[in-house]
Amino acid sequence: MTMREDIEAVAARYPSRRSAIMPALLIAQREYGHLPGPVLEEVADILGVERIWVYELATFYTLFHTEPVGLFHLQLCDNVSCMLCGAEALLEYLEAALGIGKGETTPDGLFTLDTVECLGACEMAPVMQVGDDYHGNLDVARLKALLKDFRAMAAGQAANPAPASARPAGE
Amino acid sequence: MFERVLLKNVDLPDGHLLRTYAAGGGYEALAKVLREHTPDEVVELVKQSNLRGRGGAGFPTGMKWSFVPKQSDKLKYLCCNADEGEPGTFKDRIIMERDPHQLIEGLAVSGYAIGAETAYVYIRGEYVTAIRRLEQAIAEARDAGYLGRGVLGSDFNFDVHIHCGAGAYICGEETAMLESLEGRRAQPRLKPPFPAVAGLYASPTVINNVETLACVPHIVTRGADWFRGIGPDKSPGPKLYCVSGQVRRPGLYELPMGIALRELVEEHAGGTLPGRKVKAVIPGGVSAPVIPEVGLEVGMDFDSLAAVGSMLGSAGVIVVDDTTCMVKVATRIVEFFHHESCGKCTPCREGLNWAVKVLRRIEAGEGTAGDLEQLDMLCNGIFGNTFCALGDGAAMGLRAALKHFRDEFVAHIEERRCPFH
Repeated sequence: MTMREDIEAVAARYPSRRSAIMPALLIAQREYGHLPGPVLEEVADILGVERIWVYELATFYTLFHTEPVGLFHLQLCDNVSCMLCGAEALLEYLEAALGIGKGETTPDGLFTLDTVECLGACEMAPVMQVGDDYHGNLDVARLKALLKDFRAMAAGQAANPAPASARPAGE
Repeated sequence: MFERVLLKNVDLPDGHLLRTYAAGGGYEALAKVLREHTPDEVVELVKQSNLRGRGGAGFPTGMKWSFVPKQSDKLKYLCCNADEGEPGTFKDRIIMERDPHQLIEGLAVSGYAIGAETAYVYIRGEYVTAIRRLEQAIAEARDAGYLGRGVLGSDFNFDVHIHCGAGAYICGEETAMLESLEGRRAQPRLKPPFPAVAGLYASPTVINNVETLACVPHIVTRGADWFRGIGPDKSPGPKLYCVSGQVRRPGLYELPMGIALRELVEEHAGGTLPGRKVKAVIPGGVSAPVIPEVGLEVGMDFDSLAAVGSMLGSAGVIVVDDTTCMVKVATRIVEFFHHESCGKCTPCREGLNWAVKVLRRIEAGEGTAGDLEQLDMLCNGIFGNTFCALGDGAAMGLRAALKHFRDEFVAHIEERRCPFH
């Protein structure tokens, strides 16, 4: 399906086309990687809604990126549970290993590094989201291995590293 | 051992599939209500069970449903709050990832009870696996006749749609969630009117948490007496507790409402790491005021926790051990609320910014003599003066840290350093 068809299919779920702006932005972001002005205008035009409505949402919600992000967007949770389990040291490691600070992208465009608020996976803290996958129970050794896997994947030599499998629910 | 009901399927490899759910008696509750009960009888059954909402506020679910006007020419909506942004909380994610049909059946029974034909599940966008599993489960349920036109051959029409959030904690506040569903920035609405009267698209709307809805089929099949027989009279039922932080066995535990916090932390979750001691526990996500170790005998239910100045909230239990600086914990909590403030009202938007600056200064060893009074003043200025509970949650969390661990704040200021570094 084209992006327009995807957006129309989602819009049919609501009695108001304005409700479809958020899902449409998520579809557009998957298509283009990020949401520059022309993409926001394209979404507004497809839905037939005011452009300002689309801008308002794209700049309010943190999962929408109006600027480009790297091929691998490393989103390390440093909220309380992850902080208590060592997220600070992991951030320091990532900054040193990648040579960038929070919110920055490596010059080769491979990695963007961010800290995020709670990912809702505190049972496997510390946790990092990369793309669609959560990687939990992290330590420096696991981070090092993950970075190696991502680089190999970018070079076409490996598949996406397996996401963390959450532990069984408590007895 | 306590019988697991809500988590019965979650450790099964195919717990997310219809065949697993149906093999364990799944969708029998839906068939039963369509066959044997009027919608009013289902509302009455849930009232009899005394189910209280598992999203944080603990409002009686049956009573909430009964507020929906019976005589209304508008469509009625059911919304499931699956935003789950409260730090320390992950219970709804596990249900949606590993037993999504339990939620879908809860939605269908609840939709029948309130007279809704459409439900929206508002899931935080980070939960990609949960979204995919729930999408798959909705498609399975449609194919099997549990959703769609004429559910199971009855005249009840009902469908479920997923609406993905995009990263804003405030969407967990029910009126902000409605704004977000309508395609606006998620900022809370003035109440009244309450959503039951004028909610989504100004229509009567019920908003329930994932865990609340997951309880509903079990109340139908096992009865209100079974539900009311578990835990305290005023907060009955099985409960999901999320345990994380500095503890040996972090995880999701299903136990009776009202279990002692100490038993949950020390026995079920295994206590702290070797050589360490529990210093404090946050019992219900970071909005819930922290409890020092001496207070851990409290029962984990709405009323017992309220009586000691805290709250059950989302039951996201975060354990802090004696190697950890409470100023740092308090700072991180207030930073979170500051980051997530929607900006609608000044006490929250500006007050939390100010509090974060003072707290960071204290933690860095640069605090001054008047800082604690300044923080007390800021809490008083925020609490009760904001549009929604986000500001209250931040102020309550900071107040509790200042009350129970004031000596650590004072030590930072007097020693001009963090004693834990």
